[in-house]
Amino acid sequence: MSLSAVCRGLLVASATLFATSAFAQMELKVIAPAAPGGGWDQTARSIQQALVAEKLVRNAQVINIPGAGGTVGLAQFVNSAKGDGNQLMVNGFVMVGAILMNKSPVSIDQLTPIARITEETQVMVVPANSPIKTAQDLAALVKQDVAKVTFAGGSAGGVDHIMAALFVGAVGAEASKVNYIAFSGGGESLAAILGGKVTAGISGYGEYEGQIKAGKLRAIGITAPQRIPGVDVPTFKEQNVDLVITNWRSVMGAPGITAAQKQVLNDLVEKMVKSAAWKDILKQKGWDDAYLSGDGFAKFLKDEQARVLNVLKSVGLAKS
Amino acid sequence: MDALYSLLQGLAVAIQPMNLMFALIGVLLGTAVGVLPGIGPALTVALLLPVTYKLDPGGSLIMFAGIYYGGMYGGSTTAILINTPGESASMATALEGNKMAKAGRGGPALATAAIGSFVAGTIATAGIVFLAPWLVEVAVQFGPEDYFALMCVAFITVSATFGDSPIRGLTSLFIGLTLGLIGIDKLTGQPRLAFGVPELLDGIEITTLAVGLFAVGEALYVASRRHIVQETLEPVRGSLWMTKEDWKRSWKPWLRGTLFGFPIGALPAGGAEIPTFLSYSTEKRLTKYPEEFGKGAIEGVAGPEAANNASAAGTLVPLLTLGLPTSATAAMMLAGFQQYGLNPGPLLFAERPDLVWGLIASLFIANIMLLVLNLPLVGLWVRLLAIPQPWLYAGILVFATVGTVAAKPSLIELTMLGVFGVMGFLMRRFDFPIAPVVVGLILGPVAESQLRRAMQISLGDPLVLVQSPISATLLAIAAVALIAPFVLRGLGRFKAAED
Repeated sequence: MSLSAVCRGLLVASATLFATSAFAQMELKVIAPAAPGGGWDQTARSIQQALVAEKLVRNAQVINIPGAGGTVGLAQFVNSAKGDGNQLMVNGFVMVGAILMNKSPVSIDQLTPIARITEETQVMVVPANSPIKTAQDLAALVKQDVAKVTFAGGSAGGVDHIMAALFVGAVGAEASKVNYIAFSGGGESLAAILGGKVTAGISGYGEYEGQIKAGKLRAIGITAPQRIPGVDVPTFKEQNVDLVITNWRSVMGAPGITAAQKQVLNDLVEKMVKSAAWKDILKQKGWDDAYLSGDGFAKFLKDEQARVLNVLKSVGLAKS
Repeated sequence: MDALYSLLQGLAVAIQPMNLMFALIGVLLGTAVGVLPGIGPALTVALLLPVTYKLDPGGSLIMFAGIYYGGMYGGSTTAILINTPGESASMATALEGNKMAKAGRGGPALATAAIGSFVAGTIATAGIVFLAPWLVEVAVQFGPEDYFALMCVAFITVSATFGDSPIRGLTSLFIGLTLGLIGIDKLTGQPRLAFGVPELLDGIEITTLAVGLFAVGEALYVASRRHIVQETLEPVRGSLWMTKEDWKRSWKPWLRGTLFGFPIGALPAGGAEIPTFLSYSTEKRLTKYPEEFGKGAIEGVAGPEAANNASAAGTLVPLLTLGLPTSATAAMMLAGFQQYGLNPGPLLFAERPDLVWGLIASLFIANIMLLVLNLPLVGLWVRLLAIPQPWLYAGILVFATVGTVAAKPSLIELTMLGVFGVMGFLMRRFDFPIAPVVVGLILGPVAESQLRRAMQISLGDPLVLVQSPISATLLAIAAVALIAPFVLRGLGRFKAAED
């Protein structure tokens, strides 16, 4: 192939790129308000990977701003990205709680909501040799003496903690009395569960999947509204415990962007979640597609904020 | 000998040219990032994850393991030469290592660190092969009260061993414990001593404190004394290599360090800091040359370096057998496994033996590579010390600042680095040991959470702390270590009065 043919090819290729959409030339910044490695960082890097692989943008860069459940990154994003339509921030359920607990001066409401993109089911487990077999067994113990039932999970005020409080409340005990023991990560709490130091453990389903399949942990319930296809673990709902909660993650735009800029980001995210590259990533990471945009997402966000505030108030982690 | 057979098969995987290449890239990268304070192996693996997405899982995991081991080697080089520990695990190495370097014995210090790392890494990797399943059973039996007791042992031995008197050691420790309170309380999520500064909510970054106290403090101290004493640094005094005497004094600390490092590293909340400091304290107690400690004793480098590498291997035990990451780097490697749809845990050995044993075998290979890579470099590294002092220390300041900013780009982080630097200077000036501050910062929050978890599980009954045999034994050791020096001194006085 001669040089001129290559040039012509390139010209044609770039012309088609121009023609496809308003964002093909975009240099997007994806803000992950967490250190490299965590859920938000992995989400941001997956977005980058999918967008670049599908050539939806010219370039995407991930920026990590770690700290305080994402509220450090949120504050910086609100203050420095105002009106910038080329930035997206990854956030989610955990940030809603962190804002309330850390009394963050900035709120998630200041951002421009784009879409919820993924969610993970939560699971409650007991060690394989525990006498507890079902959610109702555990519920009976909770009703007997709520303080004696210890739940191990991730950091205080996070999705695991909120789920423990919701479970205790759902089976008719006082949510404020939940004996929740916070560990810094799934690893450390797993050791405490396997060693029989606590009654039950809570985490994202993916984190304990290996242990459940190996028969070292028994899953007594998942928090999704329906069972996971091919997995023999009942939901709490079918065991008559009204507990539905998922650890969702979303993307949001900068404050004060124009309606046109918002539309561009909306289209971009929609194209991405429908791409083959994104579907591959979801499968690999074990995340569920939870795409929800527009008014539906705005309403969902409001509801979740109210629910989290309610729970955090009841366990004494948030005031006002 | 099932394990041995599997290991040989793993070796066949590891010596494929492509995998050897990955191991080499890994150890080179790891050594490079280990040298920089702030940029640790965890961050490197995180940044590489998306790049390796399309590579073969075996190869990239081998590379990650190489980075991990390489980081452990690299961190000790800067700790010894310029008193700037690349990561918290090499802090104990800096204590004696840097003194040795200043006395012209940087060559033997680097050599004993490299060979000790190799010995410990090899023994500990063999430990993974043969002991992993059994060790895991023991490790999960460790409850919060046992961890708390283990931290108590570490606190007491560290503050009693460092510095001229236990009181000075304890003072430093309590400064560290107080700094450790800053940030969001792990169990209730409430901010403490953060004064409304959001950057403080996550607590004080350990590398910022260590680099500030060690490197910046040292630079200020040296600058302040320039007009009083002209310290001349000879880069090499005596042999560049370890003498027969050095070997004789090193081999036992290597083995003892391994014994500390591997089991504690394998504990789900063990880490690399406790074994390195415990090893340092032990060597200081057992040495035949106590007068050399604080002035550059080779045992004080050999032991902690071995402990450091053995604990790195130990971390892989819960990672491979349970899918439990017990260090930041292990957590990133877990993400690496998951990227390929592999879930480390009890099933991994059965499902992908080629991968697991290939990984373990390449750890042996990475260790040999690191030794071959590091020993010839010793001669080159020590020449760093020939740089005129003002230049060298200016360089250290730049290096420390860049490292800190790279890890956390914020003005507040830089301010803290400066404040800790001044604090390090004052502590040196008034003869307070520095290491207990860092130990307090690292272990204080852990000890507190474990104590509170133990109380929460026992519904507030303090007896739980002595009911577990493990914790009762450990607490007894701590009590003896605390009281013994005072009693011995009292007896000494008593005897003196009788004479």
